[in-house]
Amino acid sequence: MLSIKNLHARVGDAEILKGLSLDVPAGEVHAIMGPNGAGKSTLSYVLTGRDGYEVTEGSATLDGEDLLALDPSERAAKGLFLSFQYPLEIPGVPALTFIRTALNSQRKARGEGEVPAPEFLKRARATAASLKMDFDMLRRGLNVGFSGGEKKRMEIFQMAMLSPRFLILDETDSGLDIDALRIVSEGVNAMRAPDRAMLVITHYQRLLDYVKPDKVHVLAGGRIVASGGPELAHELEKSGYDKYALEAA
Amino acid sequence: MNALAKAEGWMTGSPLPTRRDEAFRYSDLARALRTAPPPSPPASAPGWPGPFEGLADRELVFVNGYESGPDLLLLGDEAVAVRFISDTIDTAHLSRLKVVVAADCMATLLESYEGRGEGYFANTILEIELGKGARLERLVVLDEPDTAVSVSTAEVKLAPGARYAQTVLASGAKLQRHETHLHNPGAGTTARLDGAYLVDGARHADVTTVVTHEGIGGETSQLTKGVAGGSARGVFQGRIVVSEGADKTDARMRHDALLLSDRAEIDAKPELEIYADDVACAHGNTVGALDEEALFYIRSRGVPLDDARIMLTEAFVGEAIERIEHEGAREAARGWAFRRLEALRP
Ligand SMILES: Nc1ncnc2c1ncn2[C@@H]1O[C@H](COP(=O)(O)OP(=O)(O)OP(=O)(O)O)[C@@H](O)[C@H]1O
Ligand SMILES: [Mg+2]
Repeated sequence: MLSIKNLHARVGDAEILKGLSLDVPAGEVHAIMGPNGAGKSTLSYVLTGRDGYEVTEGSATLDGEDLLALDPSERAAKGLFLSFQYPLEIPGVPALTFIRTALNSQRKARGEGEVPAPEFLKRARATAASLKMDFDMLRRGLNVGFSGGEKKRMEIFQMAMLSPRFLILDETDSGLDIDALRIVSEGVNAMRAPDRAMLVITHYQRLLDYVKPDKVHVLAGGRIVASGGPELAHELEKSGYDKYALEAA
Repeated sequence: MNALAKAEGWMTGSPLPTRRDEAFRYSDLARALRTAPPPSPPASAPGWPGPFEGLADRELVFVNGYESGPDLLLLGDEAVAVRFISDTIDTAHLSRLKVVVAADCMATLLESYEGRGEGYFANTILEIELGKGARLERLVVLDEPDTAVSVSTAEVKLAPGARYAQTVLASGAKLQRHETHLHNPGAGTTARLDGAYLVDGARHADVTTVVTHEGIGGETSQLTKGVAGGSARGVFQGRIVVSEGADKTDARMRHDALLLSDRAEIDAKPELEIYADDVACAHGNTVGALDEEALFYIRSRGVPLDDARIMLTEAFVGEAIERIEHEGAREAARGWAFRRLEALRP
Protein backbone atom coordinates (compact mmCIF):
# COMPACT_ATOMS: atom_id res chain seq x y z
CA MET A 1 0.00 0.00 0.00
CA LEU A 2 2.35 2.80 1.18
CA SER A 3 5.89 2.46 -0.06
CA ILE A 4 8.65 4.91 0.81
CA LYS A 5 12.09 4.49 -0.70
CA ASN A 6 15.27 6.33 0.22
CA LEU A 7 13.38 9.53 1.03
CA HIS A 8 15.47 12.66 1.56
CA ALA A 9 13.74 15.90 2.50
CA ARG A 10 14.80 19.37 3.58
CA VAL A 11 13.04 21.99 5.63
CA GLY A 12 14.63 25.31 4.88
CA ASP A 13 18.37 24.67 4.79
CA ALA A 14 18.31 21.58 6.99
CA GLU A 15 18.10 18.05 5.68
CA ILE A 16 15.70 16.29 8.08
CA LEU A 17 14.88 13.03 6.31
CA LYS A 18 18.04 11.26 5.24
CA GLY A 19 17.23 8.18 3.22
CA LEU A 20 14.09 6.90 4.91
CA SER A 21 12.59 3.66 3.61
CA LEU A 22 9.38 2.07 4.82
CA ASP A 23 6.67 -0.27 3.52
CA VAL A 24 3.22 -0.49 5.06
CA PRO A 25 1.11 -3.17 3.35
CA ALA A 26 -2.69 -2.97 3.22
CA GLY A 27 -4.43 -4.25 6.33
CA GLU A 28 -1.49 -3.48 8.63
CA VAL A 29 -0.81 -1.00 11.40
CA HIS A 30 2.75 0.21 11.78
CA ALA A 31 3.98 2.28 14.68
CA ILE A 32 6.78 4.83 14.45
CA MET A 33 8.60 5.80 17.60
CA GLY A 34 11.64 7.97 17.98
CA PRO A 35 13.24 10.79 19.91
CA ASN A 36 12.01 14.39 19.75
CA GLY A 37 13.20 16.11 16.61
CA ALA A 38 13.91 12.83 14.80
CA GLY A 39 11.75 13.81 11.83
CA LYS A 40 8.47 11.99 12.54
CA SER A 41 6.21 14.99 11.93
CA THR A 42 8.41 15.98 9.01
CA LEU A 43 7.67 12.59 7.44
CA SER A 44 3.93 13.10 7.88
CA TYR A 45 4.13 16.59 6.33
CA VAL A 46 6.23 15.37 3.40
CA LEU A 47 3.71 12.61 2.73
CA THR A 48 0.77 15.04 2.82
CA GLY A 49 2.55 17.70 0.76
CA ARG A 50 3.07 20.69 3.00
CA ASP A 51 4.78 23.71 1.38
CA GLY A 52 8.36 24.23 2.47
CA TYR A 53 9.10 20.53 2.79
CA GLU A 54 11.30 19.82 -0.18
CA VAL A 55 11.96 16.27 -1.32
CA THR A 56 15.46 16.06 -2.78
CA GLU A 57 15.68 12.32 -3.40
CA GLY A 58 13.64 9.14 -3.16
CA SER A 59 9.99 8.25 -3.67
CA ALA A 60 6.72 7.73 -1.87
CA THR A 61 3.84 5.88 -3.50
CA LEU A 62 0.35 4.87 -2.42
CA ASP A 63 -0.79 1.75 -4.27
CA GLY A 64 1.89 2.42 -6.84
CA GLU A 65 0.82 6.02 -7.45
CA ASP A 66 3.44 8.75 -6.97
CA LEU A 67 2.19 10.78 -3.99
CA LEU A 68 4.88 13.42 -4.26
CA ALA A 69 3.62 14.61 -7.66
CA LEU A 70 0.17 15.42 -6.25
CA ASP A 71 -1.31 18.51 -4.62
CA PRO A 72 -2.24 18.04 -0.91
CA SER A 73 -5.97 18.01 -1.74
CA GLU A 74 -5.42 15.39 -4.46
CA ARG A 75 -3.53 13.20 -2.00
CA ALA A 76 -6.49 13.45 0.36
CA ALA A 77 -8.85 12.49 -2.45
CA LYS A 78 -6.68 9.41 -3.04
CA GLY A 79 -7.41 8.45 0.56
CA LEU A 80 -4.49 9.85 2.55
CA PHE A 81 -5.32 11.37 5.93
CA LEU A 82 -3.11 12.98 8.56
CA SER A 83 -4.29 13.45 12.12
CA PHE A 84 -2.21 16.50 13.06
CA GLN A 85 0.05 16.61 16.10
CA TYR A 86 -1.19 20.18 16.56
CA PRO A 87 -4.62 20.58 14.92
CA LEU A 88 -5.38 24.08 13.65
CA GLU A 89 -8.23 26.35 14.70
CA ILE A 90 -10.40 27.64 11.85
CA PRO A 91 -12.55 30.47 13.24
CA GLY A 92 -15.83 31.11 11.48
CA VAL A 93 -16.03 27.70 9.81
CA PRO A 94 -18.28 25.32 11.74
CA ALA A 95 -16.79 21.83 11.99
CA LEU A 96 -19.76 20.29 10.19
CA THR A 97 -19.50 22.72 7.29
CA PHE A 98 -15.78 22.11 7.11
CA ILE A 99 -16.06 18.33 6.98
CA ARG A 100 -18.94 18.38 4.51
CA THR A 101 -16.94 20.67 2.21
CA ALA A 102 -13.91 18.39 2.54
CA LEU A 103 -15.91 15.23 1.91
CA ASN A 104 -17.67 16.66 -1.13
CA SER A 105 -14.41 18.07 -2.52
CA GLN A 106 -12.83 14.64 -2.26
CA ARG A 107 -15.84 13.00 -3.85
CA LYS A 108 -15.81 15.52 -6.68
CA ALA A 109 -12.13 14.83 -7.33
CA ARG A 110 -12.95 11.12 -7.52
CA GLY A 111 -15.86 11.75 -9.89
CA GLU A 112 -18.48 10.88 -7.26
CA GLY A 113 -21.63 12.86 -6.45
CA GLU A 114 -22.19 14.92 -3.30
CA VAL A 115 -23.47 13.26 -0.16
CA PRO A 116 -27.04 14.47 0.46
CA ALA A 117 -27.26 16.71 3.54
CA PRO A 118 -29.66 14.47 5.55
CA GLU A 119 -27.45 11.43 5.03
CA PHE A 120 -24.35 13.41 6.01
CA LEU A 121 -26.02 14.66 9.19
CA LYS A 122 -27.17 11.18 10.11
CA ARG A 123 -23.63 9.84 9.76
CA ALA A 124 -22.21 12.81 11.68
CA ARG A 125 -24.61 12.18 14.57
CA ALA A 126 -23.79 8.51 14.75
CA THR A 127 -20.05 9.14 14.56
CA ALA A 128 -20.17 11.88 17.21
CA ALA A 129 -22.12 9.55 19.49
CA SER A 130 -19.59 6.74 19.06
CA LEU A 131 -16.78 9.16 19.98
CA LYS A 132 -18.86 10.53 22.87
CA MET A 133 -18.69 14.04 21.43
CA ASP A 134 -21.25 16.73 22.13
CA PHE A 135 -22.94 17.35 18.76
CA ASP A 136 -23.16 21.08 19.47
CA MET A 137 -19.37 21.25 19.35
CA LEU A 138 -19.65 20.48 15.65
CA ARG A 139 -21.68 23.62 15.05
CA ARG A 140 -19.01 25.89 16.49
CA GLY A 141 -15.94 27.17 14.64
CA LEU A 142 -13.62 24.22 13.99
CA ASN A 143 -11.43 23.60 17.05
CA VAL A 144 -11.87 27.20 18.24
CA GLY A 145 -11.34 27.30 21.97
CA PHE A 146 -11.15 23.49 22.17
CA SER A 147 -8.81 21.84 24.65
CA GLY A 148 -5.87 19.84 23.33
CA GLY A 149 -7.73 16.58 23.93
CA GLU A 150 -10.93 17.84 22.29
CA LYS A 151 -8.95 18.80 19.20
CA LYS A 152 -7.51 15.30 18.95
CA ARG A 153 -10.98 13.81 19.25
CA MET A 154 -12.13 16.14 16.47
CA GLU A 155 -9.29 14.82 14.27
CA ILE A 156 -10.58 11.29 14.76
CA PHE A 157 -14.12 12.47 14.06
CA GLN A 158 -12.94 13.95 10.77
CA MET A 159 -11.06 10.78 9.97
CA ALA A 160 -14.14 8.64 10.58
CA MET A 161 -16.30 10.93 8.45
CA LEU A 162 -13.84 11.07 5.54
CA SER A 163 -13.06 7.30 5.70
CA PRO A 164 -9.57 7.52 4.23
CA ARG A 165 -7.59 4.49 3.05
CA PHE A 166 -4.24 5.38 4.55
CA LEU A 167 -4.13 7.00 7.99
CA ILE A 168 -1.24 8.78 9.63
CA LEU A 169 -1.76 9.52 13.30
CA ASP A 170 0.84 11.98 14.56
CA GLU A 171 0.83 11.75 18.35
CA THR A 172 -2.93 11.53 18.46
CA ASP A 173 -2.61 10.11 21.98
CA SER A 174 -0.79 13.07 23.48
CA GLY A 175 -3.13 15.35 25.40
CA LEU A 176 -5.81 12.71 25.84
CA ASP A 177 -7.06 11.72 29.27
CA ILE A 178 -7.42 8.02 30.13
CA ASP A 179 -11.05 7.74 29.03
CA ALA A 180 -10.48 9.78 25.89
CA LEU A 181 -7.53 7.59 24.95
CA ARG A 182 -9.76 4.51 25.11
CA ILE A 183 -12.57 6.14 23.12
CA VAL A 184 -10.22 7.49 20.47
CA SER A 185 -8.44 4.14 20.23
CA GLU A 186 -11.76 2.39 19.69
CA GLY A 187 -12.46 4.90 16.93
CA VAL A 188 -9.12 4.12 15.33
CA ASN A 189 -9.58 0.36 15.68
CA ALA A 190 -12.98 0.66 14.03
CA MET A 191 -11.13 1.94 10.96
CA ARG A 192 -8.94 -1.16 10.71
CA ALA A 193 -9.82 -3.02 7.54
CA PRO A 194 -8.10 -5.30 5.02
CA ASP A 195 -7.98 -2.51 2.44
CA ARG A 196 -6.70 0.14 4.86
CA ALA A 197 -3.40 0.74 6.55
CA MET A 198 -2.09 3.06 9.24
CA LEU A 199 1.06 4.71 10.42
CA VAL A 200 0.84 5.50 14.10
CA ILE A 201 3.40 7.96 15.46
CA THR A 202 3.62 7.87 19.21
CA HIS A 203 5.94 8.20 22.20
CA TYR A 204 3.98 5.87 24.45
CA GLN A 205 3.20 2.21 24.77
CA ARG A 206 -0.22 2.93 26.24
CA LEU A 207 -1.70 3.82 22.81
CA LEU A 208 -0.22 0.64 21.37
CA ASP A 209 -1.92 -1.36 24.12
CA TYR A 210 -5.20 -0.38 22.48
CA VAL A 211 -4.17 -0.03 18.84
CA LYS A 212 -2.01 -3.11 18.43
CA PRO A 213 0.63 -2.62 15.76
CA ASP A 214 1.81 -5.28 13.36
CA LYS A 215 5.23 -3.67 13.25
CA VAL A 216 7.17 -1.05 15.19
CA HIS A 217 9.87 1.13 13.64
CA VAL A 218 12.40 3.41 15.25
CA LEU A 219 12.97 6.71 13.44
CA ALA A 220 16.16 8.45 14.47
CA GLY A 221 18.30 10.96 12.64
CA GLY A 222 15.95 11.04 9.66
CA ARG A 223 16.01 7.28 8.93
CA ILE A 224 14.37 4.06 10.09
CA VAL A 225 17.14 2.57 12.20
CA ALA A 226 15.34 -0.46 13.61
CA SER A 227 12.17 -2.42 12.95
CA GLY A 228 10.53 -5.22 14.85
CA GLY A 229 7.34 -6.62 16.25
CA PRO A 230 5.21 -5.13 19.05
CA GLU A 231 7.87 -6.23 21.57
CA LEU A 232 10.20 -3.52 20.22
CA ALA A 233 7.92 -0.85 21.71
CA HIS A 234 8.16 -2.49 25.14
CA GLU A 235 11.92 -2.66 24.86
CA LEU A 236 12.10 1.06 23.94
CA GLU A 237 9.90 1.91 26.89
CA LYS A 238 12.54 0.33 29.15
CA SER A 239 15.82 1.28 27.55
CA GLY A 240 15.09 4.48 25.62
CA TYR A 241 16.67 5.64 22.38
CA ASP A 242 20.30 5.97 23.47
CA LYS A 243 21.70 3.19 21.35
CA TYR A 244 19.79 4.37 18.25
CA ALA A 245 20.95 7.92 18.71
CA LEU A 246 24.50 6.64 18.34
CA GLU A 247 23.56 4.60 15.28
CA ALA A 248 21.85 7.54 13.66
CA ALA A 249 24.87 9.74 14.18
CA MET B 1 -19.71 73.54 6.12
CA ASN B 2 -20.75 69.99 6.89
CA ALA B 3 -20.03 66.96 4.75
CA LEU B 4 -23.53 66.84 3.25
CA ALA B 5 -23.49 70.43 2.08
CA LYS B 6 -20.03 69.98 0.62
CA ALA B 7 -21.09 66.89 -1.29
CA GLU B 8 -24.15 68.69 -2.61
CA GLY B 9 -21.91 71.51 -3.81
CA TRP B 10 -19.98 69.16 -6.11
CA MET B 11 -23.00 69.12 -8.43
CA THR B 12 -23.10 72.90 -8.75
CA GLY B 13 -19.51 73.66 -9.53
CA SER B 14 -17.68 73.54 -6.17
CA PRO B 15 -14.27 72.01 -6.63
CA LEU B 16 -14.00 68.28 -6.02
CA PRO B 17 -11.80 67.20 -3.12
CA THR B 18 -8.29 66.01 -3.88
CA ARG B 19 -5.84 64.02 -1.82
CA ARG B 20 -4.62 67.29 -0.35
CA ASP B 21 -7.94 67.43 1.53
CA GLU B 22 -7.24 65.39 4.67
CA ALA B 23 -10.62 63.63 4.57
CA PHE B 24 -9.99 62.50 0.98
CA ARG B 25 -6.31 61.72 1.37
CA TYR B 26 -6.67 58.14 0.12
CA SER B 27 -9.59 58.74 -2.25
CA ASP B 28 -8.79 61.53 -4.67
CA LEU B 29 -12.19 62.34 -6.13
CA ALA B 30 -10.92 65.09 -8.46
CA ARG B 31 -8.44 62.67 -9.99
CA ALA B 32 -11.05 59.93 -10.45
CA LEU B 33 -13.47 62.26 -12.23
CA ARG B 34 -11.18 64.66 -14.12
CA THR B 35 -13.96 66.40 -16.06
CA ALA B 36 -17.38 67.05 -14.55
CA PRO B 37 -19.87 64.73 -16.31
CA PRO B 38 -23.13 66.20 -17.66
CA PRO B 39 -26.37 65.51 -15.74
CA SER B 40 -27.86 62.03 -16.04
CA PRO B 41 -31.04 61.54 -18.06
CA PRO B 42 -34.08 59.78 -16.59
CA ALA B 43 -34.24 56.02 -17.16
CA SER B 44 -36.87 53.37 -16.71
CA ALA B 45 -37.38 51.52 -13.45
CA PRO B 46 -35.10 48.52 -12.93
CA GLY B 47 -36.29 45.27 -14.44
CA TRP B 48 -34.18 43.19 -12.09
CA PRO B 49 -34.64 42.33 -8.41
CA GLY B 50 -32.51 44.14 -5.84
CA PRO B 51 -30.19 42.35 -3.40
CA PHE B 52 -32.83 42.44 -0.66
CA GLU B 53 -35.70 41.12 -2.80
CA GLY B 54 -38.64 39.85 -0.78
CA LEU B 55 -37.43 41.26 2.53
CA ALA B 56 -39.05 44.71 2.49
CA ASP B 57 -42.59 45.83 3.30
CA ARG B 58 -42.21 48.60 0.76
CA GLU B 59 -39.68 49.90 -1.69
CA LEU B 60 -38.43 53.28 -2.79
CA VAL B 61 -36.49 53.52 -6.04
CA PHE B 62 -34.19 56.24 -7.30
CA VAL B 63 -33.11 55.90 -10.93
CA ASN B 64 -30.26 58.21 -11.93
CA GLY B 65 -31.29 60.48 -9.08
CA TYR B 66 -34.96 60.64 -10.07
CA GLU B 67 -37.05 59.22 -7.26
CA SER B 68 -40.29 57.32 -7.48
CA GLY B 69 -41.60 58.58 -4.16
CA PRO B 70 -41.12 61.21 -1.50
CA ASP B 71 -37.69 62.48 -0.49
CA LEU B 72 -38.76 62.15 3.14
CA LEU B 73 -39.18 58.62 4.39
CA LEU B 74 -41.03 58.20 7.68
CA LEU B 75 -40.45 54.79 9.15
CA GLY B 76 -42.59 52.94 11.69
CA ASP B 77 -42.21 49.29 12.61
CA GLU B 78 -41.27 48.08 9.14
CA ALA B 79 -38.56 47.11 6.68
CA VAL B 80 -38.13 49.41 3.71
CA ALA B 81 -35.89 48.91 0.71
CA VAL B 82 -34.30 51.96 -0.87
CA ARG B 83 -32.68 51.28 -4.21
CA PHE B 84 -30.30 53.78 -5.77
CA ILE B 85 -30.06 52.73 -9.40
CA SER B 86 -27.43 54.14 -11.73
CA ASP B 87 -28.32 53.16 -15.26
CA THR B 88 -26.43 55.62 -17.41
CA ILE B 89 -23.12 56.20 -19.15
CA ASP B 90 -20.65 59.00 -18.39
CA THR B 91 -23.18 61.27 -16.64
CA ALA B 92 -23.65 62.49 -13.08
CA HIS B 93 -26.58 62.51 -10.67
CA LEU B 94 -27.46 63.42 -7.13
CA SER B 95 -29.90 61.48 -4.97
CA ARG B 96 -31.09 62.94 -1.71
CA LEU B 97 -33.16 61.32 0.96
CA LYS B 98 -34.16 62.00 4.52
CA VAL B 99 -35.13 59.07 6.71
CA VAL B 100 -36.87 59.56 10.04
CA VAL B 101 -37.66 56.73 12.42
CA ALA B 102 -40.49 57.60 14.78
CA ALA B 103 -39.91 57.37 18.53
CA ASP B 104 -39.93 53.84 19.96
CA CYS B 105 -40.32 52.28 16.50
CA MET B 106 -38.14 49.49 15.20
CA ALA B 107 -37.27 49.70 11.54
CA THR B 108 -34.97 48.15 8.96
CA LEU B 109 -33.53 50.10 6.05
CA LEU B 110 -32.31 47.94 3.17
CA GLU B 111 -30.27 50.21 0.97
CA SER B 112 -28.73 49.18 -2.31
CA TYR B 113 -26.56 50.90 -4.87
CA GLU B 114 -27.12 49.08 -8.12
CA GLY B 115 -24.90 50.24 -10.92
CA ARG B 116 -25.77 49.09 -14.43
CA GLY B 117 -24.14 51.76 -16.52
CA GLU B 118 -20.53 52.77 -17.07
CA GLY B 119 -18.40 55.70 -16.07
CA TYR B 120 -21.13 57.47 -14.12
CA PHE B 121 -20.78 59.66 -11.07
CA ALA B 122 -23.37 58.89 -8.41
CA ASN B 123 -23.55 61.29 -5.51
CA THR B 124 -25.91 60.22 -2.74
CA ILE B 125 -26.81 62.19 0.35
CA LEU B 126 -28.81 60.84 3.28
CA GLU B 127 -30.00 62.33 6.51
CA ILE B 128 -31.09 59.78 9.04
CA GLU B 129 -32.83 60.67 12.28
CA LEU B 130 -33.93 58.37 15.06
CA GLY B 131 -36.48 59.54 17.62
CA LYS B 132 -36.29 58.73 21.33
CA GLY B 133 -35.96 55.01 21.91
CA ALA B 134 -36.17 54.28 18.17
CA ARG B 135 -34.23 51.45 16.62
CA LEU B 136 -32.91 51.22 13.10
CA GLU B 137 -30.85 48.59 11.41
CA ARG B 138 -29.41 49.83 8.13
CA LEU B 139 -27.94 47.44 5.58
CA VAL B 140 -26.05 48.91 2.66
CA VAL B 141 -24.96 46.95 -0.40
CA LEU B 142 -22.83 48.86 -2.87
CA ASP B 143 -22.62 46.88 -6.09
CA GLU B 144 -21.23 48.97 -8.88
CA PRO B 145 -19.15 48.60 -12.04
CA ASP B 146 -15.40 49.20 -11.95
CA THR B 147 -15.72 52.28 -14.16
CA ALA B 148 -18.11 54.12 -11.84
CA VAL B 149 -17.41 56.82 -9.31
CA SER B 150 -19.80 56.75 -6.38
CA VAL B 151 -19.88 58.67 -3.14
CA SER B 152 -22.56 58.17 -0.52
CA THR B 153 -22.56 60.49 2.47
CA ALA B 154 -24.88 60.13 5.43
CA GLU B 155 -25.44 62.13 8.55
CA VAL B 156 -27.02 60.14 11.38
CA LYS B 157 -28.63 61.91 14.33
CA LEU B 158 -29.78 59.86 17.29
CA ALA B 159 -32.15 60.94 20.05
CA PRO B 160 -31.24 59.72 23.53
CA GLY B 161 -31.93 56.03 24.05
CA ALA B 162 -31.95 55.27 20.32
CA ARG B 163 -30.26 52.18 18.94
CA TYR B 164 -28.66 52.36 15.53
CA ALA B 165 -26.83 49.64 13.63
CA GLN B 166 -25.38 49.65 10.14
CA THR B 167 -23.47 47.21 7.97
CA VAL B 168 -21.95 48.41 4.72
CA LEU B 169 -20.94 45.89 2.07
CA ALA B 170 -18.85 47.46 -0.65
CA SER B 171 -17.85 46.06 -4.04
CA GLY B 172 -15.56 48.96 -4.80
CA ALA B 173 -15.67 50.77 -8.15
CA LYS B 174 -13.27 53.06 -10.00
CA LEU B 175 -13.73 55.00 -6.79
CA GLN B 176 -16.41 54.16 -4.28
CA ARG B 177 -16.75 55.86 -0.95
CA HIS B 178 -19.24 55.30 1.80
CA GLU B 179 -19.14 57.92 4.48
CA THR B 180 -21.12 58.08 7.72
CA HIS B 181 -21.19 60.93 10.23
CA LEU B 182 -22.89 59.87 13.41
CA HIS B 183 -23.77 61.88 16.49
CA ASN B 184 -24.23 59.92 19.69
CA PRO B 185 -25.93 61.97 22.43
CA GLY B 186 -25.10 59.42 25.15
CA ALA B 187 -27.67 58.48 27.79
CA GLY B 188 -27.67 54.83 26.76
CA THR B 189 -27.67 55.51 23.02
CA THR B 190 -25.91 52.74 21.16
CA ALA B 191 -24.49 52.62 17.66
CA ARG B 192 -22.92 49.80 15.72
CA LEU B 193 -21.08 50.71 12.52
CA ASP B 194 -19.80 47.67 10.65
CA GLY B 195 -18.63 47.06 7.15
CA ALA B 196 -16.89 44.82 4.70
CA TYR B 197 -15.23 45.76 1.46
CA LEU B 198 -14.34 43.09 -1.07
CA VAL B 199 -12.30 44.51 -3.90
CA ASP B 200 -10.49 42.98 -6.84
CA GLY B 201 -9.01 44.12 -10.14
CA ALA B 202 -8.21 47.82 -9.96
CA ARG B 203 -11.19 48.66 -7.77
CA HIS B 204 -11.15 51.16 -4.95
CA ALA B 205 -13.43 51.05 -1.93
CA ASP B 206 -13.39 53.56 0.90
CA VAL B 207 -15.35 53.13 4.11
CA THR B 208 -15.19 56.25 6.22
CA THR B 209 -16.90 56.88 9.53
CA VAL B 210 -16.85 59.82 11.89
CA VAL B 211 -18.55 59.23 15.23
CA THR B 212 -18.98 62.04 17.71
CA HIS B 213 -19.99 61.32 21.28
CA GLU B 214 -21.73 64.37 22.68
CA GLY B 215 -23.22 63.19 25.99
CA ILE B 216 -22.59 60.97 28.98
CA GLY B 217 -22.78 57.21 28.63
CA GLY B 218 -23.05 56.48 24.91
CA GLU B 219 -21.82 53.32 23.23
CA THR B 220 -20.26 52.72 19.83
CA SER B 221 -18.99 49.47 18.41
CA GLN B 222 -17.33 49.14 15.01
CA LEU B 223 -16.04 46.18 13.04
CA THR B 224 -14.87 46.54 9.47
CA LYS B 225 -13.41 43.69 7.45
CA GLY B 226 -11.56 44.24 4.20
CA VAL B 227 -10.38 41.94 1.45
CA ALA B 228 -8.26 43.21 -1.43
CA GLY B 229 -6.95 41.21 -4.38
CA GLY B 230 -5.45 42.13 -7.76
CA SER B 231 -4.17 45.68 -7.67
CA ALA B 232 -7.22 46.86 -5.73
CA ARG B 233 -7.19 49.37 -2.94
CA GLY B 234 -9.18 49.36 0.26
CA VAL B 235 -9.47 52.36 2.53
CA PHE B 236 -10.79 52.46 6.05
CA GLN B 237 -10.94 55.73 7.92
CA GLY B 238 -12.56 55.55 11.30
CA ARG B 239 -12.62 58.48 13.63
CA ILE B 240 -14.23 58.54 17.04
CA VAL B 241 -14.40 61.85 18.85
CA VAL B 242 -15.39 61.84 22.51
CA SER B 243 -16.30 65.45 23.22
CA GLU B 244 -15.71 67.25 26.47
CA GLY B 245 -18.27 66.07 29.01
CA ALA B 246 -19.10 62.84 27.16
CA ASP B 247 -17.87 60.87 30.15
CA LYS B 248 -18.40 57.11 30.51
CA THR B 249 -18.40 56.68 26.75
CA ASP B 250 -17.77 53.13 25.58
CA ALA B 251 -16.31 53.12 22.08
CA ARG B 252 -14.60 50.26 20.31
CA MET B 253 -13.34 50.13 16.76
CA ARG B 254 -11.72 47.30 14.82
CA HIS B 255 -10.54 47.05 11.27
CA ASP B 256 -8.97 43.89 9.89
CA ALA B 257 -7.93 43.49 6.30
CA LEU B 258 -6.66 40.63 4.18
CA LEU B 259 -4.35 41.16 1.25
CA LEU B 260 -4.81 38.45 -1.35
CA SER B 261 -2.14 39.78 -3.68
CA ASP B 262 1.07 41.71 -3.21
CA ARG B 263 -0.09 44.42 -5.60
CA ALA B 264 -3.18 45.16 -3.54
CA GLU B 265 -3.10 47.99 -1.02
CA ILE B 266 -4.86 48.81 2.22
CA ASP B 267 -4.85 52.24 3.81
CA ALA B 268 -6.22 52.30 7.33
CA LYS B 269 -6.54 55.31 9.54
CA PRO B 270 -8.22 54.59 12.86
CA GLU B 271 -8.34 57.62 15.16
CA LEU B 272 -9.58 58.20 18.67
CA GLU B 273 -9.84 61.75 19.97
CA ILE B 274 -10.80 61.83 23.61
CA TYR B 275 -11.62 65.01 25.51
CA ALA B 276 -13.69 63.37 28.29
CA ASP B 277 -12.96 61.39 31.46
CA ASP B 278 -13.60 57.86 32.59
CA VAL B 279 -14.08 56.47 29.09
CA ALA B 280 -13.55 52.95 27.76
CA CYS B 281 -12.17 53.37 24.26
CA ALA B 282 -10.09 51.04 22.15
CA HIS B 283 -9.16 50.51 18.57
CA GLY B 284 -7.41 47.75 16.73
CA ASN B 285 -6.16 47.45 13.20
CA THR B 286 -4.55 44.53 11.37
CA VAL B 287 -3.53 43.95 7.78
CA GLY B 288 -2.29 40.51 6.84
CA ALA B 289 -2.37 37.58 4.48
CA LEU B 290 -4.20 34.26 4.75
CA ASP B 291 -2.75 31.90 7.35
CA GLU B 292 -0.55 29.42 5.45
CA GLU B 293 -0.78 26.76 8.14
CA ALA B 294 -4.56 26.91 8.17
CA LEU B 295 -4.56 26.71 4.36
CA PHE B 296 -2.45 23.56 4.45
CA TYR B 297 -4.68 21.99 7.09
CA ILE B 298 -7.76 22.59 4.95
CA ARG B 299 -6.06 21.33 1.79
CA SER B 300 -4.86 18.20 3.58
CA ARG B 301 -8.52 17.36 4.12
CA GLY B 302 -9.18 17.39 0.39
CA VAL B 303 -10.19 20.97 -0.33
CA PRO B 304 -8.37 22.45 -3.38
CA LEU B 305 -6.25 25.55 -2.75
CA ASP B 306 -8.59 28.11 -4.32
CA ASP B 307 -11.58 26.74 -2.40
CA ALA B 308 -9.55 26.71 0.81
CA ARG B 309 -8.71 30.38 0.24
CA ILE B 310 -12.37 31.22 -0.28
CA MET B 311 -13.33 29.24 2.82
CA LEU B 312 -10.93 31.22 5.00
CA THR B 313 -11.79 34.55 3.40
CA GLU B 314 -15.51 33.96 3.74
CA ALA B 315 -15.05 33.12 7.41
CA PHE B 316 -12.98 36.27 7.86
CA VAL B 317 -15.66 38.50 6.34
CA GLY B 318 -18.35 36.48 8.10
CA GLU B 319 -17.36 37.97 11.45
CA ALA B 320 -18.86 41.29 10.37
CA ILE B 321 -21.85 39.75 8.60
CA GLU B 322 -22.78 37.65 11.63
CA ARG B 323 -23.47 40.84 13.54
CA ILE B 324 -26.41 41.68 11.26
CA GLU B 325 -29.53 41.19 13.35
CA HIS B 326 -32.17 40.95 10.59
CA GLU B 327 -32.04 37.29 9.65
CA GLY B 328 -33.16 37.62 6.04
CA ALA B 329 -30.78 40.51 5.43
CA ARG B 330 -27.96 38.54 7.06
CA GLU B 331 -28.49 35.65 4.67
CA ALA B 332 -28.73 38.04 1.70
CA ALA B 333 -25.47 39.68 2.84
CA ARG B 334 -23.78 36.31 3.20
CA GLY B 335 -24.86 35.31 -0.28
CA TRP B 336 -23.72 38.60 -1.73
CA ALA B 337 -20.32 38.35 -0.05
CA PHE B 338 -19.86 34.77 -1.23
CA ARG B 339 -20.57 35.77 -4.84
CA ARG B 340 -18.11 38.67 -4.57
CA LEU B 341 -15.44 36.35 -3.18
CA GLU B 342 -16.00 33.91 -6.04
CA ALA B 343 -15.18 36.84 -8.32
CA LEU B 344 -11.92 37.29 -6.41
CA ARG B 345 -10.72 33.81 -7.38
CA PRO B 346 -7.25 34.13 -8.84
N1 LIG C 1 10.59 25.07 9.52
C1 LIG C 1 11.69 24.45 10.00
N2 LIG C 1 12.92 24.99 9.79
C2 LIG C 1 14.03 24.38 10.26
N3 LIG C 1 14.01 23.24 10.95
C3 LIG C 1 12.82 22.68 11.19
C4 LIG C 1 11.61 23.25 10.73
N4 LIG C 1 10.59 22.46 11.10
C5 LIG C 1 11.15 21.43 11.78
N5 LIG C 1 12.48 21.57 11.83
C6 LIG C 1 13.43 20.66 12.49
O1 LIG C 1 13.30 19.39 11.96
C7 LIG C 1 13.57 18.42 12.94
C8 LIG C 1 12.49 17.36 12.95
O2 LIG C 1 11.28 17.93 13.43
P1 LIG C 1 9.97 17.07 13.56
O3 LIG C 1 8.88 17.99 13.95
O4 LIG C 1 9.79 16.27 12.34
O5 LIG C 1 10.35 16.10 14.78
P2 LIG C 1 9.48 14.99 15.49
O6 LIG C 1 10.20 13.73 15.29
O7 LIG C 1 8.08 15.04 15.03
O8 LIG C 1 9.59 15.43 17.01
P3 LIG C 1 8.52 15.38 18.23
O9 LIG C 1 8.63 14.02 18.80
O10 LIG C 1 9.02 16.39 19.19
O11 LIG C 1 7.18 15.68 17.68
C9 LIG C 1 13.71 19.17 14.25
O12 LIG C 1 15.10 19.27 14.56
C10 LIG C 1 13.14 20.51 13.96
O13 LIG C 1 13.74 21.51 14.71
MG1 LIG D 1 6.31 15.56 15.88
